[in-house]
Amino acid sequence: MNKIKSLSDLRKIKQDVENRLDLREKSDNPERHVQIKVAMATCGIASGAREVMNAFIEKIAQDKLDAIVTQTGCMGYCHAEPTVEIRKPGEEPIVYGHVDVEKAVAIVDKYIKQGELLEGIIPVNYQTV
Amino acid sequence: METIKLTIDNKRVIVTKGTTVHQAAKQAGIHIPTLCYMNLELLNIENKPGGCRICVVEQEGRRNLAPSCSTVCTEGMVIKTNSPRVLNARKTVLELILSDHPKDCLICPKAGRCELQTLAFQLGIRRIHSVENAEMSTYRKDQSPSIIRDMDKCVMCRRCEMICNKVQTVGALSAVNRGFMSVVAPAFEQDLKHSPCTFCGQCVAICPTGALTEVDQVQRLIRALTDKTKTVVVQTAPAVRVALGEEFDMPPGSIVTGKMVAALREMDFKYVFDTDFAADLTIMEEGSELLDRLTRYVAGDKSVKLPILTSCCPAWVNFFEYNYPDMLDVPSTARSPQQMFGSIAKTYLADKLGIKREDMVVVSVMPCLAKKYECQRDEFKVNGNPDVDYAISTRELAHLMREANINFAALPDEEFDHPLGESTGAGVIFGATGGVIEAAVRTAYELFTGNKCPRIDFEELRGLEGIRTATVDFNGTPIHIGIAHKLGNARKLLDGIRSGLYNLHAIEIMACPGGCIGGAGQPLHQGDSSIIKERFDAIYREDAQKTIRKSHENPYIIKLYEEFLGKPLSEKSHHLLHTHYFEKK
Amino acid sequence: MSRYKMHLLVCGGTGCRSSESDLIVENLKKVLQEKGLDGDAQVVQTGCFGFCEQGPIVKVLPDNTFYTSVKPSDAEGIIAEHVLKGRKVERLLYKDPKQQTVVSDSKHMEFYQKQIRIALRNCGFIDPENIDEYIARDGYAALAKVLEEMTPEAAIDLLKKSGLRGRGGGGFPTGLKWELAHKNKAGQKYVVCNADEGDPGAFMDRSILEGDPHSVIEAMAICGYCIGATKGMVYIRAEYPLAIQRLKIALNQARDYGLLGNSILGSKHSFDIELRYGAGAFVCGEETALIHSMEGQRGEPTVKPPFPAESGYLGKPTNVNNVETFANIPAIYLRGAEWFLSIGTAKSKGTKVFALAGKINNVGLIEVPMGITLREVIYEIGGGIKDGKKFKAVQTGGPSGGCLTEKDLDTPIDFDNLLAVGSMMGSGGMIVMDENDCMVSVAKFYLDFTVEESCGKCAPCRVGNKRLYELLNKITNGKGTEEDLEQLRNMSVVIKDTALCGLGQTSPNPVLSTMENFADEYAAHIHDQHCPSGQCKALRQYFILSEKCVGCTACSKVCPSEAISGEKRQAHLIDQIKCIRCGACMEKCKFSAIIIPSTKI
Repeated sequence: MNKIKSLSDLRKIKQDVENRLDLREKSDNPERHVQIKVAMATCGIASGAREVMNAFIEKIAQDKLDAIVTQTGCMGYCHAEPTVEIRKPGEEPIVYGHVDVEKAVAIVDKYIKQGELLEGIIPVNYQTV
Repeated sequence: METIKLTIDNKRVIVTKGTTVHQAAKQAGIHIPTLCYMNLELLNIENKPGGCRICVVEQEGRRNLAPSCSTVCTEGMVIKTNSPRVLNARKTVLELILSDHPKDCLICPKAGRCELQTLAFQLGIRRIHSVENAEMSTYRKDQSPSIIRDMDKCVMCRRCEMICNKVQTVGALSAVNRGFMSVVAPAFEQDLKHSPCTFCGQCVAICPTGALTEVDQVQRLIRALTDKTKTVVVQTAPAVRVALGEEFDMPPGSIVTGKMVAALREMDFKYVFDTDFAADLTIMEEGSELLDRLTRYVAGDKSVKLPILTSCCPAWVNFFEYNYPDMLDVPSTARSPQQMFGSIAKTYLADKLGIKREDMVVVSVMPCLAKKYECQRDEFKVNGNPDVDYAISTRELAHLMREANINFAALPDEEFDHPLGESTGAGVIFGATGGVIEAAVRTAYELFTGNKCPRIDFEELRGLEGIRTATVDFNGTPIHIGIAHKLGNARKLLDGIRSGLYNLHAIEIMACPGGCIGGAGQPLHQGDSSIIKERFDAIYREDAQKTIRKSHENPYIIKLYEEFLGKPLSEKSHHLLHTHYFEKK
Repeated sequence: MSRYKMHLLVCGGTGCRSSESDLIVENLKKVLQEKGLDGDAQVVQTGCFGFCEQGPIVKVLPDNTFYTSVKPSDAEGIIAEHVLKGRKVERLLYKDPKQQTVVSDSKHMEFYQKQIRIALRNCGFIDPENIDEYIARDGYAALAKVLEEMTPEAAIDLLKKSGLRGRGGGGFPTGLKWELAHKNKAGQKYVVCNADEGDPGAFMDRSILEGDPHSVIEAMAICGYCIGATKGMVYIRAEYPLAIQRLKIALNQARDYGLLGNSILGSKHSFDIELRYGAGAFVCGEETALIHSMEGQRGEPTVKPPFPAESGYLGKPTNVNNVETFANIPAIYLRGAEWFLSIGTAKSKGTKVFALAGKINNVGLIEVPMGITLREVIYEIGGGIKDGKKFKAVQTGGPSGGCLTEKDLDTPIDFDNLLAVGSMMGSGGMIVMDENDCMVSVAKFYLDFTVEESCGKCAPCRVGNKRLYELLNKITNGKGTEEDLEQLRNMSVVIKDTALCGLGQTSPNPVLSTMENFADEYAAHIHDQHCPSGQCKALRQYFILSEKCVGCTACSKVCPSEAISGEKRQAHLIDQIKCIRCGACMEKCKFSAIIIPSTKI
């Protein structure tokens, strides 16, 4: 193991390892971050929710965004799976239906970063736990 | 020197920096009672664990009470040593200590001399508030050849532990168990006799209560005295005569040789002899041994072991047998005066009197507790019959005299019997640290050089310093001499020789502080080291008033050699007056 | 590197491990592998979460789901439902004892809401056996900052400004302590971490060492730099095997990274730490006794001064701080004295960790800002008294503390306030008692502990505590007198006033505070030979309510001393003289006809 010789060495190591704890840091204060909830019930998984979730995680890590991706149960919109709920700090959540990998990227780029609403919003009539 | 101003009981006191409140109060004439605290200033021995909490005082601005023994004075300090809060605390703490102390004071060996009893009297304890059936801490009793340990009477002052470890570096005693059941004892539940204990008895000498006492042989001695078939002879060690008077309220340093002899005769000892005689004999043997080694050494004999170490102190012998088993051939092989006396008494004297050794009872009065052990060693027995039958302490002799209703102060001065009662000043000074080696020098000088020694007093060998070295000019040959008293100093000196720090020809070692005058069998000094100093001075006064002051000039010694032994280091001498040492584990 | 979508944090503290949390970790990992999810979710064994009442705890991130009382067999369900399908396992969620509602997120539990975690900042968050996770949380940055940017004097100054006081019980200003050791010139100095946690029920030091050992190591290295010591020692009780194991791992990792050893972080400062094991004597928590124990001497205190800062381990200047104190220090250097000053009361800054125990709903380890009230701690964080019983007293400060009552509940907790109301902070034990506790027995319980743990050096503690215990025992046996009370009071005062060390100076506190606050209970024991709470067996009286007794004879059959008489289908009667107060009858009675009256009959 390489010895740490200075504060800057230490910072380098910190940068290398801090993404490991990124998820824990953010989930400690979820309300401060954008929360992306992917519905991962059987219906969701069957229609590709797992790929969608991975896409979100990669995109967020790539763009170093302040967001947490979690999974949630069936939201009751099996017809529109995969469904994803986006909750920005201090805003009402929005649910997108029929999300695929491409759309996931678009949601991040357009909605999360710039606040543009995209097509495919499902009216919210529920609360997730 | 930096000074500190403080107020104690409304008195302004100025002390040097580093002074404790207890010392400062003493300076101002205020005696704060203590129990565990003890300071033998002249001997550099101090015990202040701060454990008994009797000496607490009120210090303005401090939350709780302060132990005066271990609280150092600070500028502007305001101390009350007798406020109601202090008095109540002191009394309550003493009551607590007493609540865990046996109440058999009437028959306790320490009765009348117990510091706890004195304290209870001083503080006016009239009842001990406690629960019926209050538990008492207890520990099994232990009796060794010299010392009885009754730990039920231990008050955890830790004096014994301090002296055994810090002063003597023997390490036989330490605090064991915890809390209410804590007590001072040898490790691993050992008996004292299986521990590294040397029986120096210094623990007994400073124990404030009856927890540590000597094995008392007075009753057996009385039985021997009443046995008409026995001839009871007694020898008295040099240090006894300068301390015994204290037991009868005489000032410390009183020389009571003549009264002591009279008292012993009064109590039906058939012959009253003097260990000083045997001390002179020791000088003849030990001095000749030194001379022999020196002569061979000067002649280039590489096998000679130098320095030679004295061997009259039995605790010291035990100490090196235990701690320096690789050096068993270094000390002189000469027996101690007590044992030389016993050996000569049961041969030479018995022959002269025409009695069998079995019918002679040899009693020695010693300032020492290790002597009790020494006279029981197998090397000093013939067919199971010991050369010395009973070794009693100065204190036991005083008990015996009180029991015998003797009015000590009114006794006339009497002389020792002959032939074993004649002694020189050299024999007397065996009682103080440095005395043995000075006596040896007085004789060895003349034997070595063949000339009369130009002086008798070797002041450079005297004193109470723990380790002393001096060089004596043997008419052109410088003889390097080392002296240590207290076993910790002996260890330092020996280790110093091993490491090359000291280069010496002869060394005297005494286990007890000040030598035999500070022995564990002496009247209790109760923490006052000036008493030791008084005895020390008395020893040299006694020496100075003797007409003969060199051992080899003692006419009865000369006669003993002519009639019986031949010459020093003769075969007979070797048989009767020398010994060998064993490794102890 | 693959990114985990989820983290499953499993409590690996001693408490949860004894409820098989090791097996939970194993099972979770096994099931993840079976389902091919081991790349998606990471299982981490962390230190203690504090909510021991509900352990073992598994926390699922990122949605912060807090599973309680998890069994190894629950692993399958957690993964199949939560990890795979995103459905929370309802039955394992925490139920609020007051509202009876399910709370899934620890953030919303009352237990956690008023807590501020500084000393425990990493406990239950990182893997204590992984130094990288500590570094990711800014670990060792404080050490680097101090070494690179600050002189020892400046660093000590910052600590002094922060107002941090010793968390081991004494509350001595830590910065001042460091300064004393710094000022003493000596060839060798020592930094000692006191991990000899001994208060009954207190386990914060153990939890910190188990959950975040690096924070203590880092702080000790900082201390070494500040006072000029190159050697550190952790005096830890051998009964803490897990803490020892984690410390050893952490020490090796720190050495591998060069954070301990020669020229730390490229500086001139060298520092290393060794472990010293204690045998668990309470008194060895006292710093001079601790030092003697480390030297191989009998573990007993000596009179101060000299303080360890002047003459400590092997006669050299030694700085002794407690685990929790050390754990606060890296955070203070990183976030500054001002930040620390902003938390707490005027004279007590920052937070304090308490071990909540006794008759309280939420038993566990909490860290709260100084100044929070006892009421908030007991009723909000602690969730109130168990089984809806009435609060009677709370003992703070362990065996050295006092029993506080209803009237003290709104006292803001800090060092000085607790002393002012007759108790103390101590190391942070907090034991709650309800109406069923007999306060004389409580005092007796603590004295029993002190008697057991006294070293025996000074007379007031050695004998006095024993006599206090015996007097209390006499009173609980109905044999006490008015004079005994006076004795009890006087002895207590004198022991406090005269004992050598902190143990004896505080051991009578439980007696004095219960005598003060519950004089009527003492009086009942003495004058009526009656124990109002029915706890003192010797004073207990059993009575049969004739209107409820159906005469089934079950009680008389079970009575071992034939004290119960009565015809079948007739009300029975207990002969109080024959009764040995075993309680078998009351247990047997199906009709609640046998009672222990709360007043003497």
